[in-house]
Amino acid sequence: MADRERFAELAMEHMDSLYGAAIRMTRNPADAEDLVQETYLKAYRAFDSFAEGTNLKAWLYRILTNTYINAYRARRRRPEQSDIEDIEDLYLYRRLGGLEAAQAGRSAEEEVLEHLTDDQVKGAIESLPDQFRLAVLLADVEGFSYKEIAEITGVPIGTVMSRLHRGRRALQKALAEYGLERGLVPTQGG
Amino acid sequence: MVGMTEHSGSSEDGGCQEAIHRLYHYLDGELTEERRRAIQAHLDECNPCLEAYDFEAELRSIVAGHCREQPPSTLRDRVAAALRSEREAAAGRRIGGSTPGRS
Ligand SMILES: [Zn+2]
Repeated sequence: MADRERFAELAMEHMDSLYGAAIRMTRNPADAEDLVQETYLKAYRAFDSFAEGTNLKAWLYRILTNTYINAYRARRRRPEQSDIEDIEDLYLYRRLGGLEAAQAGRSAEEEVLEHLTDDQVKGAIESLPDQFRLAVLLADVEGFSYKEIAEITGVPIGTVMSRLHRGRRALQKALAEYGLERGLVPTQGG
Repeated sequence: MVGMTEHSGSSEDGGCQEAIHRLYHYLDGELTEERRRAIQAHLDECNPCLEAYDFEAELRSIVAGHCREQPPSTLRDRVAAALRSEREAAAGRRIGGSTPGRS
């Protein structure tokens, strides 16, 4: 059993990454601050039930995720898109001509990535539907394992993998679109 | 590689298909050791697949890099204050008195 007196000492170091995830979820800094504060309060109240020595960061993320789903998703009128269109593997790489270039022994796709701006990347992530955005954030930004993401989001590992798979493809498409606006990605056939 | 009709050899194509199919599991560190080694062996031999892997790894690290956020300095104080008043309220309840007059 975890000691509440030690809660702040143990939990506060995760605030930066919790806040980052909260912004990507709520898409809004003020809501993100409220979400983080609410998460810490709930975690503090429930800290007796946290098994010390297990993964505190994942536990905090679970509370953050539940709080977000309960409080913020309910507020939005827009129905959750349960599916996103089918997008092929390696979407962005293909759009950048990577396959042909690799065979021809020349490739500069990674240079394109360096030109992506904060706003383009954040915009692309925030354009994803909730469940896909969450899966991608937890895996690709926070580095949680499939098992941890399953525990955080309360769904089976198979569901995590499918959301991740589709979320990553959708992210690549969104990045291609954001990049396209700035001429980073060649238009089809051009 | 999947969709790469120009790519040589049918046996190699099977290896490419397998490599691309398992790309994310590999990058996620979620493959068994045996499968990870098989993919690694393919990447050592197959430049197009290696390029694709490198691109995806780089993309991921760039996405994560752009998502770093620094919370406003006031947030830490705000949360600390909320925890403190929560603790005081709980202490007040325990001794049966009213909560301390700190709002
Ligand atoms: Zn290959």
